[in-house]
Amino acid sequence: MVEPIIQIDKLDKSFGPLKVLDGLSFDVMPGEKLALIGPSGSGKTTILRILMTLETITAGHIKVCGEQLYHMQRSGHEVPADEPHLHKMRSHIGMVFQHFNLFPHKCVLDNITLAPMLTKGEVRAKAEQRAMELLEMVGLADKAKAMPAQLSGGQKQRVAIARALALKPRIMLFDEVTSALDPELVEEVLLVMKRLAAETDMTMLLVTHEMGFAHEFADRVLFFDKGRIVEQGSPDKIFRHPSHERTQSFLRKIIAAGHRV
Amino acid sequence: MEWDWAFVAKIMPTLLEGLKLTVLITILSAFVAAGLGLVLAIAKRSRNGWIAKPTAMLIEFIRGTPLLVQLYFIFFVLPDVGIVLPPLVAGVIGMGLHYATYTAEVYRAGIENVPKGQWEAARATNLTVPQTWIHVVIPQALPPMIPALANYLIAMFKETPLLSAITVLELMNQAKSVANSNYRYIEPMTLVGAFFLVMSLLSVILLRWLERRYGRLAK
Repeated sequence: MVEPIIQIDKLDKSFGPLKVLDGLSFDVMPGEKLALIGPSGSGKTTILRILMTLETITAGHIKVCGEQLYHMQRSGHEVPADEPHLHKMRSHIGMVFQHFNLFPHKCVLDNITLAPMLTKGEVRAKAEQRAMELLEMVGLADKAKAMPAQLSGGQKQRVAIARALALKPRIMLFDEVTSALDPELVEEVLLVMKRLAAETDMTMLLVTHEMGFAHEFADRVLFFDKGRIVEQGSPDKIFRHPSHERTQSFLRKIIAAGHRV
Repeated sequence: MEWDWAFVAKIMPTLLEGLKLTVLITILSAFVAAGLGLVLAIAKRSRNGWIAKPTAMLIEFIRGTPLLVQLYFIFFVLPDVGIVLPPLVAGVIGMGLHYATYTAEVYRAGIENVPKGQWEAARATNLTVPQTWIHVVIPQALPPMIPALANYLIAMFKETPLLSAITVLELMNQAKSVANSNYRYIEPMTLVGAFFLVMSLLSVILLRWLERRYGRLAK
Protein backbone atom coordinates (compact mmCIF):
# COMPACT_ATOMS: atom_id res chain seq x y z
CA MET A 1 0.00 0.00 0.00
CA VAL A 2 1.31 3.43 -0.96
CA GLU A 3 1.67 5.88 1.89
CA PRO A 4 0.30 9.42 1.49
CA ILE A 5 2.98 12.00 0.63
CA ILE A 6 1.22 14.63 2.75
CA GLN A 7 -0.71 13.81 5.91
CA ILE A 8 -2.43 16.66 7.69
CA ASP A 9 -3.80 15.75 11.09
CA LYS A 10 -6.08 17.98 13.19
CA LEU A 11 -4.34 21.15 12.07
CA ASP A 12 -5.26 24.41 13.80
CA LYS A 13 -4.02 27.81 12.76
CA SER A 14 -4.95 31.11 14.36
CA PHE A 15 -3.83 34.64 13.60
CA GLY A 16 -4.37 36.24 16.99
CA PRO A 17 -8.04 35.73 17.84
CA LEU A 18 -8.90 34.71 14.27
CA LYS A 19 -9.11 30.98 13.69
CA VAL A 20 -8.14 30.31 10.08
CA LEU A 21 -7.83 26.53 10.11
CA ASP A 22 -9.98 24.49 12.45
CA GLY A 23 -9.08 20.87 13.12
CA LEU A 24 -8.22 20.24 9.49
CA SER A 25 -7.27 16.72 8.39
CA PHE A 26 -6.64 15.33 4.94
CA ASP A 27 -4.13 13.21 3.04
CA VAL A 28 -2.58 13.64 -0.37
CA MET A 29 -1.31 10.66 -2.34
CA PRO A 30 1.95 10.79 -4.31
CA GLY A 31 1.34 12.18 -7.78
CA GLU A 32 -2.11 13.42 -6.92
CA LYS A 33 -3.30 16.73 -8.39
CA LEU A 34 -5.39 18.49 -5.80
CA ALA A 35 -7.43 21.66 -6.27
CA LEU A 36 -8.32 23.69 -3.20
CA ILE A 37 -11.30 25.98 -3.77
CA GLY A 38 -13.49 28.11 -1.58
CA PRO A 39 -14.34 31.69 -0.67
CA SER A 40 -11.53 34.06 0.28
CA GLY A 41 -10.59 33.74 3.91
CA SER A 42 -11.50 30.06 3.94
CA GLY A 43 -7.91 29.10 4.78
CA LYS A 44 -6.83 27.46 1.52
CA THR A 45 -3.84 29.73 0.89
CA THR A 46 -2.83 29.37 4.55
CA ILE A 47 -2.51 25.60 4.06
CA LEU A 48 -0.05 26.09 1.21
CA ARG A 49 1.91 28.67 3.22
CA ILE A 50 2.06 26.29 6.18
CA LEU A 51 3.32 23.46 3.96
CA MET A 52 6.03 25.82 2.64
CA THR A 53 6.88 26.76 6.27
CA LEU A 54 6.07 30.41 5.63
CA GLU A 55 3.73 30.31 8.62
CA THR A 56 3.83 28.48 11.91
CA ILE A 57 1.07 26.16 13.09
CA THR A 58 -1.02 26.56 16.22
CA ALA A 59 -1.74 22.88 16.81
CA GLY A 60 -1.81 19.54 15.02
CA HIS A 61 0.63 17.52 12.95
CA ILE A 62 1.77 17.45 9.35
CA LYS A 63 3.76 14.67 7.74
CA VAL A 64 5.54 15.26 4.45
CA CYS A 65 7.29 12.39 2.66
CA GLY A 66 6.83 10.24 5.74
CA GLU A 67 8.43 12.70 8.16
CA GLN A 68 7.00 15.22 10.58
CA LEU A 69 7.22 18.75 9.16
CA TYR A 70 6.87 20.89 12.28
CA HIS A 71 8.03 18.36 14.86
CA MET A 72 11.08 16.22 15.42
CA GLN A 73 12.25 13.63 17.90
CA ARG A 74 14.90 14.55 20.40
CA SER A 75 15.93 11.99 22.99
CA GLY A 76 12.58 10.22 22.74
CA HIS A 77 10.47 13.36 22.98
CA GLU A 78 8.59 15.24 20.34
CA VAL A 79 9.90 18.81 20.10
CA PRO A 80 9.24 21.68 17.66
CA ALA A 81 11.32 21.37 14.50
CA ASP A 82 14.50 23.43 14.39
CA GLU A 83 15.77 25.35 11.38
CA PRO A 84 18.03 22.53 10.03
CA HIS A 85 15.04 20.17 10.09
CA LEU A 86 12.80 22.70 8.32
CA HIS A 87 15.57 23.30 5.81
CA LYS A 88 15.75 19.60 5.03
CA MET A 89 11.95 19.29 4.78
CA ARG A 90 11.65 22.33 2.50
CA SER A 91 13.75 20.56 -0.12
CA HIS A 92 10.74 18.31 -0.84
CA ILE A 93 8.48 21.25 -1.62
CA GLY A 94 8.37 24.04 -4.19
CA MET A 95 5.98 26.96 -4.37
CA VAL A 96 4.74 29.40 -6.99
CA PHE A 97 3.27 32.66 -5.70
CA GLN A 98 0.42 34.87 -6.81
CA HIS A 99 2.79 37.81 -7.27
CA PHE A 100 5.65 35.77 -8.80
CA ASN A 101 8.27 37.11 -6.35
CA LEU A 102 11.10 36.80 -8.86
CA PHE A 103 14.41 38.28 -7.72
CA PRO A 104 14.32 41.59 -9.63
CA HIS A 105 18.10 42.17 -9.49
CA LYS A 106 18.90 38.89 -11.23
CA CYS A 107 18.33 37.90 -14.83
CA VAL A 108 15.93 35.07 -15.65
CA LEU A 109 18.69 32.48 -15.82
CA ASP A 110 20.22 33.54 -12.48
CA ASN A 111 16.78 33.50 -10.86
CA ILE A 112 16.57 29.83 -11.71
CA THR A 113 20.17 28.80 -10.98
CA LEU A 114 20.61 30.68 -7.69
CA ALA A 115 18.97 28.17 -5.38
CA PRO A 116 20.34 24.96 -6.98
CA MET A 117 23.86 26.40 -6.81
CA LEU A 118 23.50 27.63 -3.23
CA THR A 119 21.44 24.88 -1.66
CA LYS A 120 22.58 21.83 -3.62
CA GLY A 121 26.09 22.94 -4.46
CA GLU A 122 25.50 22.45 -8.17
CA VAL A 123 28.21 23.89 -10.42
CA ARG A 124 27.15 26.79 -12.62
CA ALA A 125 27.39 24.90 -15.92
CA LYS A 126 25.14 22.10 -14.73
CA ALA A 127 22.65 24.46 -13.09
CA GLU A 128 22.48 26.58 -16.24
CA GLN A 129 21.98 23.56 -18.46
CA ARG A 130 19.05 22.45 -16.33
CA ALA A 131 17.71 26.02 -16.22
CA MET A 132 17.77 26.21 -20.01
CA GLU A 133 15.87 22.92 -20.26
CA LEU A 134 13.25 24.31 -17.89
CA LEU A 135 13.04 27.59 -19.81
CA GLU A 136 12.59 25.53 -22.96
CA MET A 137 9.74 23.73 -21.27
CA VAL A 138 7.97 26.94 -20.24
CA GLY A 139 8.65 28.43 -23.68
CA LEU A 140 11.05 31.18 -22.59
CA ALA A 141 14.46 29.96 -23.71
CA ASP A 142 14.99 33.25 -25.57
CA LYS A 143 14.49 35.24 -22.36
CA ALA A 144 17.32 33.68 -20.35
CA LYS A 145 19.29 36.93 -20.18
CA ALA A 146 16.26 39.21 -19.71
CA MET A 147 15.62 40.96 -16.41
CA PRO A 148 12.27 40.25 -14.70
CA ALA A 149 11.15 43.84 -15.21
CA GLN A 150 11.30 43.31 -18.97
CA LEU A 151 8.82 40.41 -18.86
CA SER A 152 5.03 40.34 -18.97
CA GLY A 153 3.16 38.94 -15.97
CA GLY A 154 2.57 35.64 -17.72
CA GLN A 155 6.23 35.32 -18.61
CA LYS A 156 7.25 36.15 -15.04
CA GLN A 157 4.99 33.47 -13.70
CA ARG A 158 6.40 30.89 -16.12
CA VAL A 159 9.91 31.80 -14.95
CA ALA A 160 8.73 31.43 -11.35
CA ILE A 161 7.46 27.94 -12.18
CA ALA A 162 10.82 27.06 -13.74
CA ARG A 163 12.61 28.43 -10.68
CA ALA A 164 10.60 26.20 -8.35
CA LEU A 165 11.10 23.16 -10.61
CA ALA A 166 14.87 23.65 -10.71
CA LEU A 167 15.08 22.28 -7.17
CA LYS A 168 13.28 19.09 -8.26
CA PRO A 169 10.68 19.14 -5.50
CA ARG A 170 8.35 16.17 -5.06
CA ILE A 171 5.49 18.48 -4.18
CA MET A 172 4.55 21.72 -5.96
CA LEU A 173 2.27 24.32 -4.44
CA PHE A 174 0.51 26.83 -6.71
CA ASP A 175 -1.02 29.74 -4.83
CA GLU A 176 -3.51 31.59 -7.05
CA VAL A 177 -0.84 31.75 -9.71
CA THR A 178 -3.08 33.40 -12.32
CA SER A 179 -4.96 35.83 -10.05
CA ALA A 180 -2.56 38.72 -10.62
CA LEU A 181 -2.45 38.27 -14.40
CA ASP A 182 -4.27 40.13 -17.12
CA PRO A 183 -6.96 37.84 -18.56
CA GLU A 184 -5.17 37.35 -21.88
CA LEU A 185 -2.04 36.10 -20.07
CA VAL A 186 -3.77 33.46 -17.96
CA GLU A 187 -3.87 30.82 -20.67
CA GLU A 188 -0.09 30.63 -21.25
CA VAL A 189 0.51 29.90 -17.56
CA LEU A 190 -2.26 27.32 -17.38
CA LEU A 191 -0.85 25.59 -20.46
CA VAL A 192 2.53 25.21 -18.75
CA MET A 193 0.86 23.76 -15.69
CA LYS A 194 -1.18 21.31 -17.76
CA ARG A 195 1.97 20.12 -19.48
CA LEU A 196 3.68 19.76 -16.15
CA ALA A 197 0.79 17.73 -14.76
CA ALA A 198 0.79 15.48 -17.82
CA GLU A 199 4.55 14.96 -18.05
CA THR A 200 5.60 14.55 -14.43
CA ASP A 201 4.49 12.50 -11.47
CA MET A 202 4.87 15.42 -9.11
CA THR A 203 2.26 15.94 -6.42
CA MET A 204 0.53 19.26 -7.01
CA LEU A 205 -1.65 21.38 -4.76
CA LEU A 206 -3.45 24.20 -6.45
CA VAL A 207 -5.34 27.07 -4.87
CA THR A 208 -7.35 28.74 -7.58
CA HIS A 209 -10.40 30.69 -8.61
CA GLU A 210 -10.18 29.29 -12.13
CA MET A 211 -12.87 26.68 -11.77
CA GLY A 212 -12.64 25.55 -15.38
CA PHE A 213 -8.97 24.86 -14.96
CA ALA A 214 -9.45 23.13 -11.62
CA HIS A 215 -12.03 20.88 -13.26
CA GLU A 216 -9.67 19.89 -16.03
CA PHE A 217 -6.46 19.72 -13.96
CA ALA A 218 -7.37 18.11 -10.67
CA ASP A 219 -7.86 14.49 -9.64
CA ARG A 220 -9.67 15.66 -6.54
CA VAL A 221 -11.24 18.92 -5.44
CA LEU A 222 -11.51 20.10 -1.85
CA PHE A 223 -14.06 22.78 -1.07
CA PHE A 224 -13.12 24.86 1.96
CA ASP A 225 -15.16 27.18 4.08
CA LYS A 226 -14.21 28.74 7.42
CA GLY A 227 -11.06 26.67 7.85
CA ARG A 228 -12.72 23.29 7.26
CA ILE A 229 -13.28 20.97 4.34
CA VAL A 230 -16.97 21.17 3.59
CA GLU A 231 -16.99 18.74 0.71
CA GLN A 232 -14.51 16.86 -1.43
CA GLY A 233 -14.54 14.55 -4.41
CA SER A 234 -13.80 14.22 -8.08
CA PRO A 235 -14.05 17.41 -10.15
CA ASP A 236 -17.20 16.09 -11.78
CA LYS A 237 -18.84 15.45 -8.47
CA ILE A 238 -17.92 18.85 -6.98
CA PHE A 239 -18.61 20.98 -10.03
CA ARG A 240 -21.55 19.09 -11.57
CA HIS A 241 -23.24 17.53 -8.55
CA PRO A 242 -22.21 19.37 -5.40
CA SER A 243 -24.12 17.89 -2.51
CA HIS A 244 -23.51 20.53 0.12
CA GLU A 245 -25.55 23.70 0.15
CA ARG A 246 -22.48 25.92 0.76
CA THR A 247 -20.65 24.42 -2.21
CA GLN A 248 -23.66 25.04 -4.40
CA SER A 249 -24.01 28.66 -3.37
CA PHE A 250 -20.24 29.26 -3.79
CA LEU A 251 -20.28 27.84 -7.31
CA ARG A 252 -23.39 29.86 -8.19
CA LYS A 253 -21.62 33.05 -7.10
CA ILE A 254 -18.51 32.15 -9.06
CA ILE A 255 -20.57 31.49 -12.19
CA ALA A 256 -22.49 34.71 -11.69
CA ALA A 257 -19.12 36.51 -11.49
CA GLY A 258 -18.37 35.23 -15.00
CA HIS A 259 -15.96 32.39 -14.34
CA ARG A 260 -16.13 29.29 -16.47
CA VAL A 261 -16.89 25.96 -14.84
CA MET B 1 46.16 92.51 7.09
CA GLU B 2 47.07 91.50 3.62
CA TRP B 3 47.26 88.27 1.66
CA ASP B 4 50.83 86.92 1.37
CA TRP B 5 51.29 84.56 -1.58
CA ALA B 6 54.84 83.69 -0.53
CA PHE B 7 53.49 82.47 2.82
CA VAL B 8 50.83 80.45 1.00
CA ALA B 9 53.52 78.74 -1.07
CA LYS B 10 55.52 78.03 2.06
CA ILE B 11 52.72 76.39 4.04
CA MET B 12 51.11 74.59 1.10
CA PRO B 13 53.11 71.32 1.45
CA THR B 14 52.18 71.08 5.14
CA LEU B 15 48.51 71.73 4.43
CA LEU B 16 48.48 69.16 1.64
CA GLU B 17 49.91 66.64 4.12
CA GLY B 18 46.97 67.47 6.37
CA LEU B 19 44.51 67.18 3.50
CA LYS B 20 45.85 63.75 2.63
CA LEU B 21 45.30 62.59 6.19
CA THR B 22 41.82 64.12 6.24
CA VAL B 23 40.85 62.19 3.13
CA LEU B 24 42.38 59.00 4.53
CA ILE B 25 40.47 59.39 7.82
CA THR B 26 37.24 59.99 5.93
CA ILE B 27 37.71 56.87 3.83
CA LEU B 28 38.68 54.64 6.75
CA SER B 29 35.85 55.96 8.92
CA ALA B 30 33.44 55.45 6.04
CA PHE B 31 34.39 51.77 5.85
CA VAL B 32 33.93 51.40 9.59
CA ALA B 33 30.59 53.24 9.48
CA ALA B 34 29.37 51.22 6.50
CA GLY B 35 30.34 47.82 7.93
CA LEU B 36 29.43 48.46 11.54
CA GLY B 37 26.19 50.18 10.52
CA LEU B 38 25.09 47.01 8.74
CA VAL B 39 25.91 44.92 11.81
CA LEU B 40 23.94 47.33 14.02
CA ALA B 41 20.98 47.34 11.61
CA ILE B 42 20.83 43.54 11.50
CA ALA B 43 21.33 43.22 15.26
CA LYS B 44 18.56 45.74 15.92
CA ARG B 45 16.20 43.72 13.70
CA SER B 46 17.05 40.49 15.51
CA ARG B 47 14.09 38.54 16.87
CA ASN B 48 16.20 37.88 19.95
CA GLY B 49 15.38 40.65 22.44
CA TRP B 50 18.71 40.19 24.18
CA ILE B 51 20.41 41.34 20.99
CA ALA B 52 17.87 43.80 19.61
CA LYS B 53 17.22 45.89 22.74
CA PRO B 54 20.84 46.56 23.83
CA THR B 55 21.65 47.42 20.22
CA ALA B 56 18.79 49.92 20.08
CA MET B 57 19.99 51.44 23.38
CA LEU B 58 23.58 51.65 22.16
CA ILE B 59 22.43 53.46 19.01
CA GLU B 60 20.39 55.97 21.03
CA PHE B 61 23.28 56.49 23.43
CA ILE B 62 25.81 57.19 20.69
CA ARG B 63 23.46 59.48 18.81
CA GLY B 64 22.51 61.31 21.95
CA THR B 65 26.06 62.32 22.81
CA PRO B 66 28.36 64.65 20.84
CA LEU B 67 31.06 63.16 18.65
CA LEU B 68 33.67 65.39 20.31
CA VAL B 69 32.87 63.92 23.73
CA GLN B 70 33.10 60.42 22.31
CA LEU B 71 36.47 61.18 20.76
CA TYR B 72 37.77 62.53 24.07
CA PHE B 73 36.47 59.46 25.79
CA ILE B 74 38.13 57.05 23.39
CA PHE B 75 41.44 58.87 23.32
CA PHE B 76 41.82 60.29 26.84
CA VAL B 77 39.65 58.09 29.08
CA LEU B 78 40.14 54.59 27.68
CA PRO B 79 43.90 54.67 28.50
CA ASP B 80 42.83 54.77 32.18
CA VAL B 81 41.47 51.25 31.75
CA GLY B 82 44.50 50.15 29.81
CA ILE B 83 43.28 50.71 26.25
CA VAL B 84 45.76 53.01 24.58
CA LEU B 85 45.04 53.84 20.97
CA PRO B 86 47.08 55.92 18.53
CA PRO B 87 45.27 59.18 17.65
CA LEU B 88 44.44 58.10 14.11
CA VAL B 89 42.95 54.77 15.23
CA ALA B 90 40.98 56.42 18.01
CA GLY B 91 39.69 59.00 15.54
CA VAL B 92 38.63 56.45 12.95
CA ILE B 93 36.90 54.29 15.56
CA GLY B 94 35.13 57.32 17.04
CA MET B 95 33.94 58.72 13.72
CA GLY B 96 33.12 55.30 12.31
CA LEU B 97 31.11 54.26 15.36
CA HIS B 98 29.26 57.57 15.54
CA TYR B 99 28.25 57.50 11.90
CA ALA B 100 27.48 53.76 12.02
CA THR B 101 24.44 54.65 14.13
CA TYR B 102 23.23 56.87 11.28
CA THR B 103 24.05 54.46 8.48
CA ALA B 104 22.25 51.75 10.49
CA GLU B 105 19.07 53.82 10.11
CA VAL B 106 19.65 54.09 6.35
CA TYR B 107 20.13 50.33 6.17
CA ARG B 108 16.98 49.73 8.21
CA ALA B 109 14.89 51.81 5.80
CA GLY B 110 16.51 50.10 2.81
CA ILE B 111 15.98 46.62 4.23
CA GLU B 112 12.34 47.30 5.08
CA ASN B 113 11.90 48.51 1.54
CA VAL B 114 12.52 44.98 0.24
CA PRO B 115 9.08 43.36 -0.19
CA LYS B 116 8.05 40.48 2.07
CA GLY B 117 7.54 38.34 -1.03
CA GLN B 118 11.30 38.34 -1.61
CA TRP B 119 11.91 36.77 1.80
CA GLU B 120 9.20 34.23 1.08
CA ALA B 121 10.60 33.37 -2.35
CA ALA B 122 14.03 32.91 -0.76
CA ARG B 123 12.59 30.57 1.82
CA ALA B 124 10.51 28.68 -0.75
CA THR B 125 13.71 28.07 -2.73
CA ASN B 126 15.26 26.84 0.51
CA LEU B 127 17.97 29.47 0.88
CA THR B 128 19.40 29.73 4.38
CA VAL B 129 18.98 32.99 6.27
CA PRO B 130 22.57 34.18 5.56
CA GLN B 131 22.15 33.25 1.88
CA THR B 132 18.90 35.22 1.79
CA TRP B 133 20.66 38.29 3.18
CA ILE B 134 23.66 38.03 0.87
CA HIS B 135 22.00 37.07 -2.40
CA VAL B 136 18.48 38.46 -2.17
CA VAL B 137 17.98 41.20 0.41
CA ILE B 138 21.19 43.23 0.50
CA PRO B 139 21.64 43.47 -3.30
CA GLN B 140 18.13 44.93 -3.53
CA ALA B 141 18.30 47.09 -0.45
CA LEU B 142 21.69 48.65 -1.18
CA PRO B 143 21.31 50.68 -4.41
CA PRO B 144 18.50 52.94 -3.12
CA MET B 145 20.60 53.62 -0.01
CA ILE B 146 23.65 54.84 -1.87
CA PRO B 147 22.66 58.52 -2.11
CA ALA B 148 21.81 58.67 1.62
CA LEU B 149 25.06 56.91 2.51
CA ALA B 150 27.05 59.31 0.30
CA ASN B 151 25.40 62.19 2.14
CA TYR B 152 26.80 60.91 5.43
CA LEU B 153 30.19 60.50 3.79
CA ILE B 154 30.24 64.21 2.99
CA ALA B 155 29.05 65.07 6.50
CA MET B 156 31.81 62.89 7.91
CA PHE B 157 34.40 64.61 5.77
CA LYS B 158 33.38 67.98 7.13
CA GLU B 159 33.54 66.71 10.71
CA THR B 160 37.15 65.54 10.49
CA PRO B 161 38.48 68.81 12.05
CA LEU B 162 37.06 67.49 15.33
CA LEU B 163 39.91 65.02 15.30
CA SER B 164 42.35 67.87 15.80
CA ALA B 165 41.12 67.79 19.40
CA ILE B 166 42.74 64.40 19.86
CA THR B 167 46.01 65.45 18.23
CA VAL B 168 45.42 63.95 14.80
CA LEU B 169 47.42 66.05 12.34
CA GLU B 170 44.65 66.37 9.81
CA LEU B 171 44.12 69.46 7.67
CA MET B 172 42.70 71.69 10.42
CA ASN B 173 45.35 70.77 12.94
CA GLN B 174 48.16 71.35 10.44
CA ALA B 175 46.71 74.76 9.56
CA LYS B 176 46.38 75.65 13.24
CA SER B 177 49.97 74.72 13.96
CA VAL B 178 51.45 76.67 11.03
CA ALA B 179 49.23 79.59 11.95
CA ASN B 180 50.27 79.52 15.58
CA SER B 181 53.96 79.32 14.84
CA ASN B 182 53.84 82.17 12.26
CA TYR B 183 51.19 84.34 13.92
CA ARG B 184 49.33 84.46 10.59
CA TYR B 185 45.83 83.03 10.44
CA ILE B 186 44.29 84.47 7.33
CA GLU B 187 46.07 82.29 4.75
CA PRO B 188 45.96 78.93 6.58
CA MET B 189 42.31 79.26 7.62
CA THR B 190 41.21 80.56 4.22
CA LEU B 191 42.98 77.66 2.55
CA VAL B 192 41.38 75.13 4.90
CA GLY B 193 38.00 76.58 4.08
CA ALA B 194 38.79 76.53 0.38
CA PHE B 195 39.97 72.92 0.49
CA PHE B 196 36.82 71.77 2.23
CA LEU B 197 34.67 73.80 -0.13
CA VAL B 198 36.29 72.31 -3.24
CA MET B 199 36.08 68.77 -1.86
CA SER B 200 32.45 69.26 -0.81
CA LEU B 201 31.48 70.65 -4.19
CA LEU B 202 33.13 67.70 -5.92
CA SER B 203 31.31 65.34 -3.56
CA VAL B 204 27.99 67.00 -4.28
CA ILE B 205 28.53 66.48 -8.00
CA LEU B 206 29.34 62.83 -7.29
CA LEU B 207 26.27 62.58 -5.08
CA ARG B 208 23.95 63.98 -7.78
CA TRP B 209 25.37 61.43 -10.18
CA LEU B 210 24.82 58.63 -7.68
CA GLU B 211 21.24 59.77 -7.14
CA ARG B 212 20.59 59.70 -10.88
CA ARG B 213 22.30 56.34 -11.22
CA TYR B 214 20.80 54.51 -8.23
CA GLY B 215 18.12 56.70 -6.71
CA ARG B 216 15.53 55.63 -9.23
CA LEU B 217 15.60 52.03 -7.98
CA ALA B 218 13.85 53.23 -4.84
CA LYS B 219 10.15 53.15 -5.61
